Amino acid sequence: MIPAAFQYVKANSVAEALVLLQQHGEDAKLVAGGHSLIPAMKLRLSQPSVLIDIAGMADLKGIAVNGAELTIGAGETYHAIATSAAVKQACGVVAACVGQIGDIQVRNCGTIGGALAHSDPAADLTAVFLALGGKVTAQSANGSRQIAADDLFVSMLTTALDSGEILAKVTVPVLQKGQGAAYAKLKHPASRYAIVGVAAMVTISNGVVTAARVAVTGAGPQAVRQASCENALIGSNGDAAAVKAAAAKAGDDMDYLGDIHASEEYRRAMVQVYAARALNEALAQARA
Amino acid sequence: MTSETTTPMIGRAIKRREDPKLITGQGNFLDDVKLNGMTHAAVLRSPYAHARILSIDTQKAAALPGVVAVFVGKDLLDVNPLPCAWPAGGFKNNMNTPRAMAVDVVRFVGEAVAVVIAEDRFIARDALDLIDVDYEPLAVVVDPEKATQPGAPQLHENAPNNVVVEWSAGNREGTNRAVASAEVVVKERIVNQRLMATPMETRGSIARYESSTNEFTLWTSSQAPHVMRLLLTAFVFGIPETKLRVIAPNVGGGFGQKIFVYPDMVFCMWISRKIGRPVKFVEDRSENFKSSTHGRDHVTDVELSGTRDGQITGLRVKTYAGLGAYLSTIAPGVATTLYGRIVTGVYKIPNVSIDVIATYTNTAMVDAYRGAGRPEASYLIERIVDRFAAELGMDPAEVRRRNFIPPTEFPYDNGLGLLPYDSGNYAPALDKALANVGYADLRKEQATLRAQGRYLGIGISSYVEICGVAPTAWANGQGWGAGLWESANVRIHLTGQVVVTTGSLPHGQGVETTFAQIVADELGVPYDSVLIEHSDTAGTPFGYGTYGSRSLAVGGTAMVKSARKIKEKAKRLAAHLLEANPEDMIFADGKISVKGSPDKSKTFGEIALYASVGASMPEGEEPFLDETTYYDPPNCTFPFGTHISVVEVFPDTGAVEVKRYVAVDDVGNIINPRIVHGQLHGGIAQGMAQALYENAVYDDNGQLLAGTLMDYAIPNASMLPDFEISHTVTPSPVNPLGVKGAGEAGTIGSAQCIMNAVIDALSPFGVRHMQMPATPEKIWHATRG
Ligand SMILES: Cc1cc2nc3c(=O)[nH]c(=O)nc-3n(C[C@H](O)[C@H](O)[C@H](O)COP(=O)(O)OP(=O)(O)OC[C@H]3O[C@@H](n4cnc5c(N)ncnc54)[C@H](O)[C@@H]3O)c2cc1C
Repeated sequence: MIPAAFQYVKANSVAEALVLLQQHGEDAKLVAGGHSLIPAMKLRLSQPSVLIDIAGMADLKGIAVNGAELTIGAGETYHAIATSAAVKQACGVVAACVGQIGDIQVRNCGTIGGALAHSDPAADLTAVFLALGGKVTAQSANGSRQIAADDLFVSMLTTALDSGEILAKVTVPVLQKGQGAAYAKLKHPASRYAIVGVAAMVTISNGVVTAARVAVTGAGPQAVRQASCENALIGSNGDAAAVKAAAAKAGDDMDYLGDIHASEEYRRAMVQVYAARALNEALAQARA
Repeated sequence: MTSETTTPMIGRAIKRREDPKLITGQGNFLDDVKLNGMTHAAVLRSPYAHARILSIDTQKAAALPGVVAVFVGKDLLDVNPLPCAWPAGGFKNNMNTPRAMAVDVVRFVGEAVAVVIAEDRFIARDALDLIDVDYEPLAVVVDPEKATQPGAPQLHENAPNNVVVEWSAGNREGTNRAVASAEVVVKERIVNQRLMATPMETRGSIARYESSTNEFTLWTSSQAPHVMRLLLTAFVFGIPETKLRVIAPNVGGGFGQKIFVYPDMVFCMWISRKIGRPVKFVEDRSENFKSSTHGRDHVTDVELSGTRDGQITGLRVKTYAGLGAYLSTIAPGVATTLYGRIVTGVYKIPNVSIDVIATYTNTAMVDAYRGAGRPEASYLIERIVDRFAAELGMDPAEVRRRNFIPPTEFPYDNGLGLLPYDSGNYAPALDKALANVGYADLRKEQATLRAQGRYLGIGISSYVEICGVAPTAWANGQGWGAGLWESANVRIHLTGQVVVTTGSLPHGQGVETTFAQIVADELGVPYDSVLIEHSDTAGTPFGYGTYGSRSLAVGGTAMVKSARKIKEKAKRLAAHLLEANPEDMIFADGKISVKGSPDKSKTFGEIALYASVGASMPEGEEPFLDETTYYDPPNCTFPFGTHISVVEVFPDTGAVEVKRYVAVDDVGNIINPRIVHGQLHGGIAQGMAQALYENAVYDDNGQLLAGTLMDYAIPNASMLPDFEISHTVTPSPVNPLGVKGAGEAGTIGSAQCIMNAVIDALSPFGVRHMQMPATPEKIWHATRG
């Protein structure tokens, strides 16, 4: 558990980090909280020769509500987000989700940008971000672009970000009246990551579910939307029977992974159980 | 030295004196030790569970700047393989022990193949990637039963069918008859899965050799430094014992894993002598998991026979015990004596017979792990007794009560060749646990909830175990290769300060505190004036170390005896000064006075000063108060108790919630309740972890699937309930303190307590047994029929 040799550079701004990224090319990696990257380096699964430290950088901080959007700097830690009154009020599911990740040490280091850029198959935030239909702002030497949640997660540990890009901001909707969002998680007994995590966001109007987004993490190689489940719920009144029918469709549209704690078969079954839990909670919020 | 009356310390829940140091980062652990000129070792480990080594090319590694040298197994053929000190007594053991590094064949994933020595740890690690080993993979077996079957891959030439020893105890004919003629027989295959000890501090060694004196110093994270010194000098290196000093710095948990001799001790010593510089090796977590010893790994077929009204008439057991690829230091003894001889538990069973077939498999070595044999035994008997109760439709508490060894039958011989159980009174512990948990009401609640489709389970475990593992003559008969007594020297310095040195030592148990409490009371001196020194073979008398919950019952008793000798001498000296008869002297409250005339007295401090100066000793007396005891007790001690847990299982996910955990433990007299509770909490957590979470599972290729803490599930506090702990007190007649031992009791009582509750909860689904760990997935399957 000793990493290969690497060089360490501290960047003080996004601009500086981008220059460093260009300088060192493919051999370089950004490090934020380091709570995914460093463990991988210790096992020599990842062997970057240069680490560019972006932790604590002012450019990547900030939590702000602008109209219908909540924007969080990529460098905000889980702890800052979980305890932010603005986040709790605008989009409580984000605060609740990051508030249960790891332990306090992990939450003091881990960042929202790192979590989304890493796209761990068992990470929590990925599913919440997908269900909320958020977007990220990526900055590169050529300027900045936005990537929608639905386009971000490409495959296991791989996102749509280029190696020359920095994830700078994360934007999610401010939940409105008639909307609710929730995350339900079955924790892995050893790692406490998600064996299955289901996030759901719903909109109810005049007693009818007009929109639903459901995403699953943990069970497969990457976080994925659950179209069949969403479609089953949209147009229903969201009662117990509707939730049951929709949850039964959850997990249809995905691949599964298994390990010594939970087989594919069990994960598939749990996706449905946790989908129902997430939907019920989201619906209850939407009705409140 | 003060002469005012000191408050008695025994029985007080004072805080542990070792904690301020350990919790503020001032403890000095192995990895904190840094020596001048020290080099760093990294170990290349076999990726194969079984393979022939065709060639090893170390040239590129040796050429890496910063690398000092690279060694392979063939370089170390001038020292012996590691010793196994506890073959199963009275039986033929097919012994194979590991060398510091594999020579021609590797037999488990993680076995050392080469060692790189470098200027720093990072270079040493980098160089491992430059070593080329050509392996020819061989067939692999990981299951202790399959290893004995025809056609199984053979690990060692001298062990046909991979058998280490076929061991048996009890009365085979009687048991066969009892089972054949019984009204009821229950039968089960019960697996006690392999576990990893996972001490917070991993293991390692630092060796320094001084060529001018031919002396080695070895710092190692160990529970038994004197034994390491003996085994490494006399058995591995063939050098005088005096040429090695062993120091155990603060030890960050051991749970048994740090009792044994390990390859790193040998190669660090050997290499330091070879290169003339100190060598440091500290395992990382993956290495600790792969290559330090594991625990348990039993596959057992058990039959219990009885009458319809719940009387147990016979118990027949056949166990395959996996010991790994080689024998670790005491492995065969753990799987036989410490398991097979206590398999009847708290019950009077007229006919019992047990066979243990210990086997080699292509896995890491298995040896003592907290409880060592007794958790396997108590799990087995408590599961099958529950199974028997379920078969009869009787209350499991009632079946237990009906079969308890009656209090009138102690000392009790269980017919398995064990020393007699010292003392016990099992029903009161059961009754107290039933009362504390509110058993009758709980059964009603369980019925009500079941009707609503909720599944509550209540699990009972009544256990007995063997502590204070010691009597040397007995241990020798069991195959143990040395003594098991313990030492303590007590000295009173001129200033009245008391210094105790002992061969026993703590690795997290707080015995510095407990020992000081008993010595302070025995001598009537302030607790703070007693210093306990340990863990360094230079400066402590030879002793066997800490394991088998023996520190207090054996080491503590040695201390009491030394203190008593000191008191006797103090009385003689006081009598001389007061011109009285030594027989008339009374030692109380830190004073020695003449019976009947309390004003004629000397304080203990005055006597200490007088004896230390030694200016006018009475004829025949030496100066100084200094006494040593080597205490070999007449028997082990047998703590017992009843644990009861309440769980709810949730069929939709298979999740288990442990709602209550009530423990009534009888550990004899209690010196420090806070420390005893701490030991019980940790022990219960470890047993619960086995029941619900931990599983050191290998795949069929011998790859350890639970090779990191991301896979091996150690519970954290949020996964455990509050423990409701109380006691009954049945003092042990074996030692003057009346103590039994508390280090392992929690672990020994708890795994079956949880499993019995889970299985009870699942009984409406027709579940009668389930193998550990009871993962949500298994439970979910079970509820779906
Ligand atoms: C003990 C432990 C328990 C954990 N438990 C959980 C859990 O229960 N649930 C969970 O979801 N996670 C868990 N984690 C992971 C944790 O959430 C990580 O902190 C997170 O996944 C990564 O964030 P980071 O800031 O630490 O990223 P880093 O480790 O610093 O980086 C991760 C990757 O993202 C890249 N990166 C980082 N920031 C940016 C950026 N701004 N732009 C572009 N690329 C970037 C890095 O180059 C790297 O490839 C746990 C981690 C630990 C150590």
